[in-house]
Amino acid sequence: MGKVLEKEAFGLAAKDESGVLSPFSFSRRETGEKDVRFKVLFCGICHSDLHMVKNEWGSSIYPVVPGHEIVGVVTEVGAKVTKFKTGDNVGVGCLVGSCGSCDNCTEGMENYCPKLIQTYGFKYYDDTITCGGYSDHMVCDEGFVIRIPDNLPMDAAAPLLCAGITVYSPMKYHGLDKPGMHIGVVGLGGLGHVGVKFAKAMGCKVTVISTSEGKRDEAINRLGADTFLVSRDPKQVKDAMGTMDGIIDTVSATHPLLPLLGLLKHKGKLVMVGAPVKPLELPVLPLIFERKMVVGSLIGGIKETQEMMDMAAKHNITADIELISADYVNTAMERLEKADVRYRFVIDVANTLKPSPIL
Amino acid sequence: MAKSPETEHPNKVFGWAARDKSGVLSPFNFSRRDNGENDVTVKILFCGVCHTDLHTVKNDWGYSYYPVVPGHEIVGIATKVGKNVTKFKEGDRVGVGVITGSCQSCESCDQDLENYCPQMSFTYNAIGADGTKNYGGYSDNIVVDQRFVLRFPENLPSDSGAPLLCAGITVYSPMKYYGMTEAGKHLGVAGLGGLGHVAVKIAKAFGLKVTVISSSPKKEEEAITQLGADSFLVTTDPQKMQAAIGTMDYIIDTVSAVHALYPLLGLLKVNGKLIALGLPEKPLELPMFPLVLGRKMVGGSDIGGMKETQEMLDFCAKHNITADIELIKMDEINSAMERLAKSDVKYRFVIDVANSLSPP
Repeated sequence: MGKVLEKEAFGLAAKDESGVLSPFSFSRRETGEKDVRFKVLFCGICHSDLHMVKNEWGSSIYPVVPGHEIVGVVTEVGAKVTKFKTGDNVGVGCLVGSCGSCDNCTEGMENYCPKLIQTYGFKYYDDTITCGGYSDHMVCDEGFVIRIPDNLPMDAAAPLLCAGITVYSPMKYHGLDKPGMHIGVVGLGGLGHVGVKFAKAMGCKVTVISTSEGKRDEAINRLGADTFLVSRDPKQVKDAMGTMDGIIDTVSATHPLLPLLGLLKHKGKLVMVGAPVKPLELPVLPLIFERKMVVGSLIGGIKETQEMMDMAAKHNITADIELISADYVNTAMERLEKADVRYRFVIDVANTLKPSPIL
Repeated sequence: MAKSPETEHPNKVFGWAARDKSGVLSPFNFSRRDNGENDVTVKILFCGVCHTDLHTVKNDWGYSYYPVVPGHEIVGIATKVGKNVTKFKEGDRVGVGVITGSCQSCESCDQDLENYCPQMSFTYNAIGADGTKNYGGYSDNIVVDQRFVLRFPENLPSDSGAPLLCAGITVYSPMKYYGMTEAGKHLGVAGLGGLGHVAVKIAKAFGLKVTVISSSPKKEEEAITQLGADSFLVTTDPQKMQAAIGTMDYIIDTVSAVHALYPLLGLLKVNGKLIALGLPEKPLELPMFPLVLGRKMVGGSDIGGMKETQEMLDFCAKHNITADIELIKMDEINSAMERLAKSDVKYRFVIDVANSLSPP
């Protein structure tokens, strides 16, 4: 077992590549002068959690306590904390540390800092491995804590801390947030459904692009998309060629880019936020002849995460969630693997995560 | 009965054409239209040999309509101007580049981006506005709508300036569009051929630091001493590639063979941009993690509009930028094409049309 810190904690961890989560007792540091300590109320289950518990990216250090869509109530703040106080509703997303001095950090883009520390699975300054939000409480540097606005329900706001910022950041950065623009959203899962909501709130026309006809009704009637397109239907794709200013591609499986590039207008941007493990085929000719581009994006900086959360509060944007108990988490992971969720599982941590007497 | 190339139009023209996908060029008699009220007739002095000419004569891209008279880096003298022509007069030195037609009324044309007009027509191997086939600059003259004719600046030599009409604008346009002209920033140029060598010169004129990225170590000395690059990176040297990771703000990728993007993406800093200009026959592999983790971008660009092509010529004239050329006679074109296929040229062949193209 690793280094023991001052405060006891308990949570759920995967112990090996089976990815099966089970009760896990560990420890967290005491509240440092810049730290915010909070009782975890809810934690969203991100698809990254599934990748990490199963070591699909090859970087997992077991035991893994996942969870980076964490919301809760502040129980203690360090002496130098100015932005939060006991009783505040707060959240922590994917980052808990960065160097603070590189160009990326000084420009509010800690997510691109070469020394970024993610909320779980990364080595922290005290040489321990960070543990995420599938746990009873969190302690985090104030600079990486987000205020959750009062009017947002905590459970449905939690997924915004990863899914929300992941779609929001590139839409702002690439100027795909202007009213009247036509934005395509590929994939209707955790990222995709939130992408539709933000794009609509920005005044864009939204087309959901999916491989299956079955999601048409909910895309339009439940999520408010304007149109729906089945990417495997050549006629539907052909009719929509050259109509979109930008496409947010949330699909993490290998998939063809050529039809998506065709859907873009000249100068259109294909934003990749899903991260397929294998390289995709990039047809270069559409990029050259129609001056299109393919760009990547990874979550967002802390300042813009707060900005995103405030926008969500203003427009009443939350994730569509299925609230589960802690002991359902392995079943949830199995269902997530089959994309059988509308659209994010959220663990009711405070009410259902109990310490196990068996270590 | 269909008219032959010789009788299609009223004015006889002589050039060299490829008749089939062997790509071999030989003398060819054809014809061009009368000089219309918007037209400029250009007596051709020089024509650059672009790699696209080679691809087209060999039908590499599958849409060559033989016989093909290539050539879209044309410099010559205006011999006739139509009555509506205001920008040129007889005797002016002019250039004609890659496109000679567009709809002139769509959004792209209105923004001086004729190169992205859906009805844009190429100087050769395309159908012009009158419904007949366009023939390019490996010929004694060409008739072009004034919108697609460029004023050739006084101090730009006709022969070594000719390749700018394609190679020059192909690198200049994306450098401006993607914001790659900030002095002090670091540009990588992948591939040192017709496009690459001009990219180095233009980038240096913008005040960029330039690293040439190449698989052939023997190009290093020239890249630095002749072209003015600041450094040279051999892609097959793993240590040097490792040391260069995350050091470049932008990369212009001129390589047209299928090649790996992964090592190039690694050279970019966060927010770095890779602009693909080469036209590989097959799709490339795009690894997503470097793109996502570093907010990097892969974009493309296709020549440039007429206004910015003129801007580019004026910029090159101001900074004395020309291509490094090997001047050839028309009847040397087939061996030049063979050498071009092996990248055996520093760095563009240019045909001395006026002095060597003569009917048999």
